[in-house]
Amino acid sequence: MLRFTLERLIGMAITMLLVSLMVFIIMEIPPGDYADRYAFRKYSGTGVNVTEADIQAIRVELGLDKPMIFRYFDWIGGIVLRGDFGQAFAFETSVVKVIGDKVWLTTGILFATLILTYLISIPIGIYAAVRRGSAVDYGLTIFSYLGLALPNFLLALVMLYFANRWFGADIGGLFSAEYRDAPWSLAKVWDMLKHLWLPAVVLAWSAVAYQIQTVRATMSDELNKLSVTAARARGVPERRLLIKYPARLAINPVVSTIGFDVNRIFSELPIVAVVLGLTDLGELLLKAYLDLDMNVAGAILLLLTFAIVFMNFLSDLLLAWLDPRIKLGA
Amino acid sequence: MTDMSDPDLTPKQKRQLEKEHQQRLKYYSASQWTLIWWRFKRHRAAMLAAVLLGLMALAGIFAEFVAPYGPVTRDTKYIEGPPQIPKFCDDNGCSLRPFINGTKTERDPVTLRAISVPDPDTRYYISLFVKGESVKVLGFIPTDRHLIGLDDPDQKIHFWGTDDLGRDVFSRTIYATRTSLSIGVLGVLISFFLALAIGGAAGFFGGMTDNVIQRVTEVIRVVPIIPLYMGLAAAMPKEWSTTQVYFAMTLILGLFGWPTLARRIRSQLLSIRNEDYVVAARLAGARPRRIITQHMLPSFTSFIIVDLVISFPYMILSETALSFVGLGLRPPSVSWGVLLQQAQSVRAIEQTPWLFIPAVFVVVAVLAFTVIGDGLRDAADPYSEAK
Repeated sequence: MLRFTLERLIGMAITMLLVSLMVFIIMEIPPGDYADRYAFRKYSGTGVNVTEADIQAIRVELGLDKPMIFRYFDWIGGIVLRGDFGQAFAFETSVVKVIGDKVWLTTGILFATLILTYLISIPIGIYAAVRRGSAVDYGLTIFSYLGLALPNFLLALVMLYFANRWFGADIGGLFSAEYRDAPWSLAKVWDMLKHLWLPAVVLAWSAVAYQIQTVRATMSDELNKLSVTAARARGVPERRLLIKYPARLAINPVVSTIGFDVNRIFSELPIVAVVLGLTDLGELLLKAYLDLDMNVAGAILLLLTFAIVFMNFLSDLLLAWLDPRIKLGA
Repeated sequence: MTDMSDPDLTPKQKRQLEKEHQQRLKYYSASQWTLIWWRFKRHRAAMLAAVLLGLMALAGIFAEFVAPYGPVTRDTKYIEGPPQIPKFCDDNGCSLRPFINGTKTERDPVTLRAISVPDPDTRYYISLFVKGESVKVLGFIPTDRHLIGLDDPDQKIHFWGTDDLGRDVFSRTIYATRTSLSIGVLGVLISFFLALAIGGAAGFFGGMTDNVIQRVTEVIRVVPIIPLYMGLAAAMPKEWSTTQVYFAMTLILGLFGWPTLARRIRSQLLSIRNEDYVVAARLAGARPRRIITQHMLPSFTSFIIVDLVISFPYMILSETALSFVGLGLRPPSVSWGVLLQQAQSVRAIEQTPWLFIPAVFVVVAVLAFTVIGDGLRDAADPYSEAK
């Protein structure tokens, strides 16, 4: 198990290294660099005449005149050694301060969505497999089609509309008005939990549709296995039999695709955040892109990807623990 | 087993046997593609989806002719107006030809705002092939005829209402269909060629090449795709023309759409790399490119087509999502996502719900591609047992 864990850890490090390279390239693509934008923001409208020489001076001061590969090492070195993601020019402070507790909000949204996804999809998937061909099974197939076809922002809008109708106006966003700028307290956390269900439902929608199909397919295969027939012949009660043999194996593919679900959730996050008015990393990411605040955008992209890679790692470990055959096979 | 030369058979039975024989002959001599087509035809939902999609594509291709008005033509007399539904009867009696009532401007009794209300005393008749704006169909066939519209050239009909600038939602949706579907097609084509080259190289050469390519694929797959697209889309200079933005978008969608397909091609190639006919081709001195395209690919073309069809929805949804948040196509281009930008708030649902009609197109297109993909997957292997 130790060796397996180590191997996965090294694989994770290599992937993250390559991802960081790619993120850095994306940060570099927009025309102009940090010095241009900094100078523009600082001096525009002040009547000060900014020359190319001034911008060059800022560049030298910040080390932006060095070749790209050095700048990459400056950037990644700052992150790994000091936890410093650079400056966020649009906010005139450090990226870490801007991102700050939004990381925890995003983590909260992520876990709420994941828990909701699995609480719904695993039991329903198992039920659909046991009752193959029933009306419920048929309805679920249609639902799973809609899971992909309904654009998430549309779903968010519709949900928001009905939530407004049934629960009053103060349902969008993550906090009620009185807690929005308040310091963290138990009451604020409770208030957040009351708002969390809406984004969680919207983000879980497509993941649920997908996972139900996965669970149903594996469960159907497992139900035809001889172990099930043998257990039935021994007279094991149906419910215990289902849990003990096929259901145990049917959650394996779900566990192995946790990282995939996280990926999907993060992919939808910025757009859902805009519609629902969430003040999390997704909304900040979109804002950073629109302002070309690439230090913030790069940091968020890196963090989101790191979360996905880390969840992949966790799911590998969890899977190896659930199903020892995998560890031996790999 | 009865034989056709059996003297005891009546002429009717003989004809019956002959017919069955012909059918079987037709089945055994049919090409792979004919068999796939036969099997696909039996899939009712997929056929329906194909017809729907075909209609959508036709409407998009001939948008200038199908849409009654241009995408940016404004009707200042009917701003944020609700859909006008053609009718056959009103208080003044019935008519065989559909018509709409005219509108007149009145003050809202509560807010005193100028609003358009139907005027039951005027009627405008709807016709096919009416005269309207001069356009060039497909960019080169000049015409001033449009598929549908009002007889009276000074009056306008808005089947699906108008937006806040008085632009016709129906016409705009038709034009948007062209943009959105064509972006999907171009994006899928680009990613297909990339997948072919990259997956082909990995699967054919194996070893070190394969390892490196697998690593890169892994990295692209692990980064959340919409934020990645957004990053590249944000980099497009603000001063780019709509055409430049359009092609940049197809490129962005295509450049990162290949990993799934490349993996599929790679694994298929790896599994048939040592088949006799491939080895024979290699020994005969054929180049890798020729072996891959002439000998190996045809054996799983149908599966690639299935994968291509089911990758359309992701392209369309990505484009819609990006344009929706203002990082994709920009006005004055019209795509489904650009149109839905106007419907971003709950206020829009309450006051101008017809602005959501383009969303129906998105949902129908995505569902259609998915259903067709399913139908094709069932049909793709015609030699397997018929279900």
